[in-house]
Amino acid sequence: MAAIQRRQFDTLIIGAGGGGLRAALRLSEAEASVAVVSKVFPTRSHTVAAQGGMNAALANVSPDNWHWHMFDTIKGSDYLGDQDAIEYMCRAAPKAVYELEHFGVPFSRLDNGSIYQRAFGGQSQNFGGDQAVRTCAAADRTGHAILHSLYQQNIRAKTHFFDEYFSVDLLKDEEGHVLGALVFNIMDGQPLIIEAKTTLLATGGAGQIYRNTTNAMINTGDGLGMALRAGVPLQDMEFFQFHPTGIAGRGMLITEAARGEGGYLVNGEGERLMERYAPKAKDLASRDVVSRAIATEIREGRGCGVNKDHVLLKLDHLGEAVIQQRLPGIRQTCMTFLGIDPAEAAIPVSPTAHYTMGGIPTNRHAQVVVPVKDTPEEAVYGLYAAGECACVSVHGANRLGGNSLLDILVFGRAAANHIIGHLAENRYHRPMDESSVEKAMQRFQRWNKNPGQDGESVNVLRHELKTVMEKHCGVFRNEAVLREGVEQIEQLAERVKDAKIEDHSDTFNTARVEALELENLIACGLATMHSAFARTESRGAHSRMDYPERDDKNWMRHSLYSLDTGLDYKPVRTKPVSVDSFPPKPRIY
Amino acid sequence: MSRPNPVSASQLHWRCRRGMLELDLLLNTFVEVQFSHLSREDTALFLSLLEYPDQVLLDLLLGKMESSDAMVSDLTARIRRTWFDKFNCAKTT
Repeated sequence: MAAIQRRQFDTLIIGAGGGGLRAALRLSEAEASVAVVSKVFPTRSHTVAAQGGMNAALANVSPDNWHWHMFDTIKGSDYLGDQDAIEYMCRAAPKAVYELEHFGVPFSRLDNGSIYQRAFGGQSQNFGGDQAVRTCAAADRTGHAILHSLYQQNIRAKTHFFDEYFSVDLLKDEEGHVLGALVFNIMDGQPLIIEAKTTLLATGGAGQIYRNTTNAMINTGDGLGMALRAGVPLQDMEFFQFHPTGIAGRGMLITEAARGEGGYLVNGEGERLMERYAPKAKDLASRDVVSRAIATEIREGRGCGVNKDHVLLKLDHLGEAVIQQRLPGIRQTCMTFLGIDPAEAAIPVSPTAHYTMGGIPTNRHAQVVVPVKDTPEEAVYGLYAAGECACVSVHGANRLGGNSLLDILVFGRAAANHIIGHLAENRYHRPMDESSVEKAMQRFQRWNKNPGQDGESVNVLRHELKTVMEKHCGVFRNEAVLREGVEQIEQLAERVKDAKIEDHSDTFNTARVEALELENLIACGLATMHSAFARTESRGAHSRMDYPERDDKNWMRHSLYSLDTGLDYKPVRTKPVSVDSFPPKPRIY
Repeated sequence: MSRPNPVSASQLHWRCRRGMLELDLLLNTFVEVQFSHLSREDTALFLSLLEYPDQVLLDLLLGKMESSDAMVSDLTARIRRTWFDKFNCAKTT
């Protein structure tokens, strides 16, 4: 085998969404040498899809302060969020917005020239009082504006990009120091060792483990899979946010605005189903309530369509003029993807996987932390994570709208700050561990040969994984459903070991990329299913029909799933940095 | 189609991996169904369309925005129609 090409950088960043690019910019400006590896062109990262905006207590529209924002985030997290990290994020939010403004993000403006802010669910003044108006937005394309501005700033700062390179595995030595990663160029299949004093994982979420998801196809949990294989457990993976109204079988979001304008849900028997589940709020009940109601209707045979696998969202009674005026985007989406005009026909919808609350455990400096003996959070030398792939944990059991862009920017920056300190104290690269390279190369080359004649196809297995996750670890969860899910996903994980691909070429071999992605998806699926099965309570997005109450006595703790040792737990950090703790209370809105 | 296509289907598929699910679905379906029918010129035009920022591409493909370039406009209509025909949209409900 020819020698593998090697490059050295101070910092390797895997993933070029908002979190990775924010960190890269700070580091490049501090004159660190930075490599950003991305499997797609950076401005095609999933950050581009974030439309809603970014929370910061600027108080431009309503009275506001970071402490109220902190309270709302902790309450929204159903008290599973770590309060020190949440305080840090909410305090840092205004500065993060002003920095973006200076980078060129064209935030929408109020008449007086200050940054426009809009109201979002779960935001309050004065610790649960009147609605707060906290979300800063650049029209309906905030994520797009942020991503493009950060990319351009990085080009100016001379960040080194490896576009269309896929990361295979982290490289580390026997003492556990992370030394970089093995990656390969998708264009020609050539592997490359990137040696780095520090490595930041910023690879986004894992929505593609579900059949029905709002997530782009790139969201395959690559960083999560890499972390698991490097011996880092995944935290709180049972908490996956579902949006109640995705286009059935496709996943695209039909926003709450449709129900806000008077749309309502009907089941296969023509009944307005939400009257039974939320007699007061009806179709405007919270996301988790509506998602569970739809899942229950489908499960009990009252779904619509030939397979009775969705319900219908009716808007036609609103009339064409109202729909065109107030919901033009929804109309265009339906006409393009379904060929139906919601002014004339109902939209088939079902819950759709939206956001990964769990991920790689980190502290508020974005250092990856793992339990070592009696210490629940020991930093892994040289390894950081930020954004949706990380679990810092500011979202706990449920993320509030407007907090995801904030999370990636604040903790991308925090990671860079800590890395700058690390680089000052660690001026030289540690020697590469060649056995680690060999192990990563084995994984990379495994797909060049098929282990057996009977291996199944990657596409078939991926489809099965998504179906198993949807059926057994979706909105509707109980012991029997999850137990069967655990069995099925364990079997799937075994079958993937023998899977095969037909294409063994080097040039743009996307079959191999998809096979490597499947391994990451399976790892995420295992963590999610096992963690959900074990957590016998309902909290935030994790809803157990057989354990409908939150159980603070036994379950106010974080799950940690490891490939080698299974499940473990660690306490929630309930002590903020400078203010009093917010003790758990019922989460009522 | 006088000359062979300079890019492979898998290369095009990879360039169709975008930041938004809506684009993933429309663009990949187009490549899957139409690749073997694409002329060299069609492919070049499609590749140039893929250079557009995601948000602009979405606006074009959902009909929120119309391109002033008739060829781009025709191509986006063809991408929409390919999806529509493949999934027999009017009958999905």
